[in-house]
This record gives sequence, structure tokens and C-alpha cells, in this order.
Amino acid sequence: MKISTIQELLEADVVCGEEYLDHEVHSACGSDMMSDVLAYVKDQAVLLTGLVNPQVIRTAEMMDMVCIVFVRSKSPSEEMIRLAKESDMVILKTNKRMYEACGRLYVGGLGFNTVK
Amino acid sequence: MNEAVRFHFVVDGEDFTSAGQASVSVKKNLRRLGIPPETIRRISIAMYEGEINMVIHAGGGEAEVVVYEDRIEMILTDHGPGIADIDRAMQEGFSTAPDNVRSLGFGAGMGLPNMKRYTDDMRIESVVGEGTTITMTVMLA
Repeated sequence: MKISTIQELLEADVVCGEEYLDHEVHSACGSDMMSDVLAYVKDQAVLLTGLVNPQVIRTAEMMDMVCIVFVRSKSPSEEMIRLAKESDMVILKTNKRMYEACGRLYVGGLGFNTVK
Repeated sequence: MNEAVRFHFVVDGEDFTSAGQASVSVKKNLRRLGIPPETIRRISIAMYEGEINMVIHAGGGEAEVVVYEDRIEMILTDHGPGIADIDRAMQEGFSTAPDNVRSLGFGAGMGLPNMKRYTDDMRIESVVGEGTTITMTVMLA
């Protein structure tokens, strides 16, 4: 699925990384707990979260993720946007809650078992 | 590459926001050295968890990363409170992190187990009241 499709399915705003919307991704994970992301994520390229602090960007970077979706209308800080740009990441922002946002992507075809 | 390549970092304990800077830098440097991406990822995660730990528990510390021909070693040293019961600290879910750290998305008691999981060898030397040194090794295929 293209990141632009994620944007459409979630009716999301693009905060940064407009130039990477054509990037293909195959799986996603939703979590507010960065410890769990570091422990359990494997090859998921998209992170959906309602947590807002710079460690969200760093965690995503460590996991080689390419797109972060902030749910519940959370807005990243300037510092976070700067970090994301440095790492060539797309940041999206949606007013959907976590459950609905994950559900829309799953139903839209972004499953957990589509990696390679 | 016969000479080992060394990177040294000071991890600032005052500022949770800056935690992870050393890991980001290590990641970029290893990429430049042509280390395989999956190996870089394991090293980055282990290093990042270690860095977060030093900021949360020890008021910062130092990190040294040494790239040998056959392996990469990460040595994290702090002068924090030390770990009283290492076996317990290694259990998934056991955490002594304060609540404010949990609200930042960490402190789930996964740090040390994760560092062990993503590396081939991990040794912890800790003296209560003096500090902790963690040495992690990742083998290069």
C-alpha cells in the first residue's frame, strides 16, 4: 500500500515528508508504548501512536520505520518535525482514534501478515 | 579493515529529549562502514535501550562502540545507583522507572531483556552506589 493511500483512508493531514507519499509499505503497528515497539515490532514500516514526544521519532528511526501517524489529532512539536525530516520520514496526522485508524488500514488491505 | 574503528559518546542525563542521539549517530556511522542493515538495526535498538536506561536511571553516562573485523562491541558505562538484583532486572516487565517515564512511552521493563535479545552476548557488571557497565557484542557474519 502506498503511504498516500494511508493518508486517504485516514483522511489525514501530511505534516512532513510529502515527497515520500509514493513509498510502498506492507505492514503497520499501533502503540503508545515505545518499549513495546522496540520489543515486538519487526519489519512494520508504519507506526500509529497517540504519544507525542521526540522519542517517538527516535524509536521509529531505530526500527527503520518510514511513516508515523499521530492519532486523536495529536500534533508533533517543531523539534519532532525536524528530527523526522532529518530521517526522511513521513508524518501524518488524523482525527481518528487509535482503534478506528488501525481498523481502517486493516480493512483497507494493510494486514499484519503481508510482509514479504 | 584490520584496525578497529571506535566511536565514543557522552550521554547527557539531564535531558530526556536528547536521549538517542548517540544511537542515531552510531546507526549512520555503521551504515557508512557498510555493515548489513539487519545487523545495524539490532545494534541500534540495543544501544538505544541502553542509552534510555542511562538517562532514566543513572543521570547519563558514556558509550563506546568498537567495530572489529568479526564483531561489534558496545560498552555503556554509568556512575548511577547500580543494579541491586540483576536477575530480577533481566525479567521482562520488571521496572523501577518512575511514573513520568511511563507517560513518555518507556519504563515497561523491556529494556535490559531487549538488549540481551538483540545482541549475541551481554555482560552486566554493577556495584550498588558506584555504577554499571554493560558490554554487548554483536557478531558480524
